[in-house]
Amino acid sequence: MSTLDIILQQLANGLIMGSFYAMVALGYTMVYGIIKLLNFAHGDLYMVGGFVGFLILSAISGLLGESWGAIVVSMVLSMLAVGLLGVIIQRVAYRPMLQAPRLSILITALAVSMVLSNGVMAITDGEYMAFNTDLGFDGMDFGNVFISYTQLALVVSATLLMVALYLFVNKTLLGKAMRAIAIDQDACKLMGINVNAIIALTFFIGSSLAGAAGVMAGVYYGSLHFSMGFVIGLKAFTAAVIGGIGSIRGAMLGGLLLGLLEAFGTQIPFIGSEWKDVFSFGLLILLLILKPTGILGKTEIERM
Amino acid sequence: MTLSSNKSLAAGIANWLQHQHNRLIVLLVMAALAMFFPLIANNYMLEVLTNAWFYTILCLGLNIVVGYAGLLDLGYAAFFAVGAYTTGILTSQFGINFWLTIPAAVFCSMVAGIIIGGPTLRLRSDYLAIVTLGFGEIVRIIARNLEITGGASGLIGIDRPFFFGIELSQGIHFYYVFLFLAILACFVSFRLQNSRLGRAWQYVREDEDAAEAMGINRVGVKLYAYVIGAMFGGVAGAFFAVKMTAISPETFTFSQSVLILLGVVLGGMGKIPGVIVGAFALVLFPEVFRDLGSMRMLVFAIVMLIIMLYRPEGIWPRGKS
Repeated sequence: MSTLDIILQQLANGLIMGSFYAMVALGYTMVYGIIKLLNFAHGDLYMVGGFVGFLILSAISGLLGESWGAIVVSMVLSMLAVGLLGVIIQRVAYRPMLQAPRLSILITALAVSMVLSNGVMAITDGEYMAFNTDLGFDGMDFGNVFISYTQLALVVSATLLMVALYLFVNKTLLGKAMRAIAIDQDACKLMGINVNAIIALTFFIGSSLAGAAGVMAGVYYGSLHFSMGFVIGLKAFTAAVIGGIGSIRGAMLGGLLLGLLEAFGTQIPFIGSEWKDVFSFGLLILLLILKPTGILGKTEIERM
Repeated sequence: MTLSSNKSLAAGIANWLQHQHNRLIVLLVMAALAMFFPLIANNYMLEVLTNAWFYTILCLGLNIVVGYAGLLDLGYAAFFAVGAYTTGILTSQFGINFWLTIPAAVFCSMVAGIIIGGPTLRLRSDYLAIVTLGFGEIVRIIARNLEITGGASGLIGIDRPFFFGIELSQGIHFYYVFLFLAILACFVSFRLQNSRLGRAWQYVREDEDAAEAMGINRVGVKLYAYVIGAMFGGVAGAFFAVKMTAISPETFTFSQSVLILLGVVLGGMGKIPGVIVGAFALVLFPEVFRDLGSMRMLVFAIVMLIIMLYRPEGIWPRGKS
């Protein structure tokens, strides 16, 4: 393979991983933007989304087969289910804690994350689950670079979802309410905005995006494991910080950037794929030191 | 028994414990129990209790960071790993006497604490949580991929130390070693709690801005908490390495960090007796409920969630203050 081919192939890989990161990072950033909570359970919602999608796909495969139609149906249902799960988590675990010290709510979020991942572990016995589809391995060749239709479809659907989210937040009344709450919750209450409902809606949207990403990851990797949410949660947080936490465009940009950085980073001599995670976490730490507001984030002038 | 009578019982005990000499009695009885426990215990019980003392040290170390200074550290196992690997590498590959490796282990974990804490302690506390989480993973991955740390299989055949000519190899030896370390950790924690630094931590935890306005170096005292916590982990790690004679990267996972944190949260953040109770609960619970198996972490997680929602101050009763 020529250097150009390697660059193109890594570009493709980076964009695919990047769109997963971006979708998960969006949930982080939305929740953070609105209630200033680092939702540790977010990566686990992605994992739960994968498993729910798998269950639904197994249930309907008799009817619809395991091709595109069935996958889209199971993805939509999984998004609904994970979105609801996100709302329930918010209602049960986070809402009572909103006035508590920050340390308490962080530990609560951590506990929720552990409950989700260990709950799925108990159900699946810690086994890998094969996510079978009959999408095949067809694709397009660009010289030596191969991109399957599945990969292409994943990137396209991730893009569609993100565009839809962007339009929703920026063009609708509900989106406007969300942006307003991020600025000043108390003033929103006085203006007659149902703050709790909007927060719940934010959790719903953020979680369902993570769920969608989980199903996509199942299709992409072909297998699921209860621990898959842990690393992606960290990576998505990194992506959200790169872009500037709280900023929706920032999360998308950060996700794609991180995906590309990782894809090219592992091509540098001495940085093999076993160092991939060290590379991204190192990047996160470096970034937090040098520019904690990220690329598109605003400088915060409030108490730490 | 109803909940309220339970509560009044706890409050009664707490009241009784308010008196200085009552407290001393309890402390002496507990110390005597701990000292003479090996005389009546079988090997299994001895092993479990040794483990409990070991977790007491780790939990007390993390308690300085989480309980005293109010910072969430999700990668505490990394400091424990740095201590264990320092001792492991120095004794098994360079043949250095175990006792001489302890200062090295403490030094390395301190340096790790400064490297990770220095730049991030300026940031919001939730950033710190996720950075420490990432740092914990980095340390584990490095340990798994380097040759000097033995790769994925870890280090084996770490020599047992000698103590005045006696080879520390029996369970009873390590029981007393860890009991001594736990008492030392309690003592250091207690002295720190009531020191100038301890009061500064409390102030920063309660109101960072006011503390800074009063002339407390916010980042400085946080860094102290972080580095002292790391030292506890380093010492515990060094002794862990020679007790087990083998260490592997999988001992120092995220779950390990969470487990230590659970011990702190369970008993009551910032309260020494609470943290000891938490550490013991952590070790004894899976031993008593053997059948749980892989459900152990799930049960722990649910317990942690319930504690945070309904009793964030932990199971140890709040004293009058």
